[in-house]
Amino acid sequence: MTGLLTNFYADALTRDTWWIQLIRVLLLIVPILTLVPGLIWWERRLLSWMQDRVGPNRVGPWGLLQPIADGVKLFFKEDITPAAVDRAIYFMAPAIALFPAFALGATMPWGSVDPDSPYRLLTPVADVPIGILYMMAVSSLGVYGVVLGGYASNNKYSLLGGLRSSAQLISYELAMGVSLACIVLASGSLRMTDMVKVQEGPLWGIGGLPIQNWFFFTPYGFLAGVIFLICMVAETNRAPFDLPEAENELIAGYHTEYSSMKFAVYFMGEYAAMFVFSGIFAAVFLGGWNPLPIRWEAIGLGGLNHFLKILGPLFFITKMAFGISVYIWLRATLPRLRYDQLMDLGWKSLLPLAALNLIGIATWQYVSSVYGAGTAIPVGTAFVILAAIILGFVLITRKANARDFKPRTVRYVDAGKGSVEVAETGAPS
Amino acid sequence: MQNLTQQVPLLFFGAVAGVAAMAAVGVVAFGSAIRSALCLVLNFFLLSILYFTLGSQTLGIIQIVVYTGAIMVLFLFVIMLLNLGGIKILHEKRDPRLILGGVLGLGLFALIATQILLPLQRVTQPRAAQDFGKPESLGVTLFSGYVWPFELASFLLLIGIVGSILLAKRRILPSERQEDSVRSLESGEVAG
Repeated sequence: MTGLLTNFYADALTRDTWWIQLIRVLLLIVPILTLVPGLIWWERRLLSWMQDRVGPNRVGPWGLLQPIADGVKLFFKEDITPAAVDRAIYFMAPAIALFPAFALGATMPWGSVDPDSPYRLLTPVADVPIGILYMMAVSSLGVYGVVLGGYASNNKYSLLGGLRSSAQLISYELAMGVSLACIVLASGSLRMTDMVKVQEGPLWGIGGLPIQNWFFFTPYGFLAGVIFLICMVAETNRAPFDLPEAENELIAGYHTEYSSMKFAVYFMGEYAAMFVFSGIFAAVFLGGWNPLPIRWEAIGLGGLNHFLKILGPLFFITKMAFGISVYIWLRATLPRLRYDQLMDLGWKSLLPLAALNLIGIATWQYVSSVYGAGTAIPVGTAFVILAAIILGFVLITRKANARDFKPRTVRYVDAGKGSVEVAETGAPS
Repeated sequence: MQNLTQQVPLLFFGAVAGVAAMAAVGVVAFGSAIRSALCLVLNFFLLSILYFTLGSQTLGIIQIVVYTGAIMVLFLFVIMLLNLGGIKILHEKRDPRLILGGVLGLGLFALIATQILLPLQRVTQPRAAQDFGKPESLGVTLFSGYVWPFELASFLLLIGIVGSILLAKRRILPSERQEDSVRSLESGEVAG
């Protein structure tokens, strides 16, 4: 029995066996493809619930078959290609949009890769030493589908959507990169399986503590996690960062001219990307496949570890579902940002914050390595206090500036009569 | 069988390199600016795959992050803003300078080829060292032997950023400063 539980594979099998490689790829792609309809259903139901509505409840039990009905509808819809589009690019763009969404998860571990784990040969697709960089690179390719779709449609609203998307993605990629650099510094590796491994250690490096070191529970990791969360919402063009497809301004943005299955491919790409980004968030910040942040071996329950490893993917999917629910929650809660607010948030808030965080984690690591594990806590506390003081200072001065606003004299140009002086900001009388 | 499996990487390399070379030709051959830019994107992407086949993962991924993912997106952004839409708008007439350019290009190609091919003839070991191109060895090299050039390059980039902002920013005279909001309303601009 124990032999069966610990020795899952014949000795001849390695990660390089060709059919093992094939299964690895399929185990990433097929769940994404099959779970996307469920995700669409969950989004519509949860959104309805948050908005005090019922949502789709007619097709199948609890409306569960609604996405299938929608899919059938999309298949049988007329596929319209406008006459003035740039045909080659128009047809390629949805495919280009779908590619990074699926390729993104190639370095994401959804289970343990320890020698006693049944999933050690099955995940991730490629356990390369540049795992997190690969994720950054592929997510940066996601912009092409949107930009090219917007350009090829030969529609000014589509083009504006594409332009907004490219500016938005470049802006938020920086903050995302710096926030991930913090985690790279903390875990000392770019390999995503190593990142999960480091999170299984004791919290903040203090030996006896029975709590796992999930990066979301460390001060620097919490900050990096929040920044990453915001950036990943922006990278997937989701509310409140869905400016490229703002209905009230751009009709439907970059996919205005796409119908039927070509639209469905865009739609699918967006949801697959949400899915994989949630998974990456879970792997990098929420301890990967570990169910609870408890070090069972430290409280004498080490035997539980093996059992939990087998159930690991289940917990990982649960964390993904949590990430997706956060996406939907944000969509239900926050109104869409204005373009200048989007740029201000990305460049003036998130990027400096992430850079500050990088200095913080570097100091933390240095102090830990020189003076021992626990000593970084006073440094961390001092850092948090300093950050709070800076934040408070910024907020107070901003408030003081806001108080300085007095009724302004604004001159409006009135055609024919020259300018009209108005005492307060308002329409000329 | 053994022979076949050994040839697969070579075939793969040939396919990728061939498409990359064709994409590079496409950059100059296409009449439309957007197609040229897309060819360049494809070329950069395939170059990074060539780096992967050579075992230099870090360089390959940085090629995608920096060139394909950032610089080319900005290229496309600018092309779309300028709206160089017409397919035939960049079509050049027959020009005697084309011949001169072709000759010079071939000369450059020959120069580079001789420089590369001669050392390659002496190569007997086809594979690089085990940790060649891995992020660890790259990081150690960069932050030990080349730390000064690295830091200086970062300063150079910083100066470049500050300089570009200085050049691009509209100059605001002291007298203009008070009137700025009025001015923007008058000219019909929406104040950001």
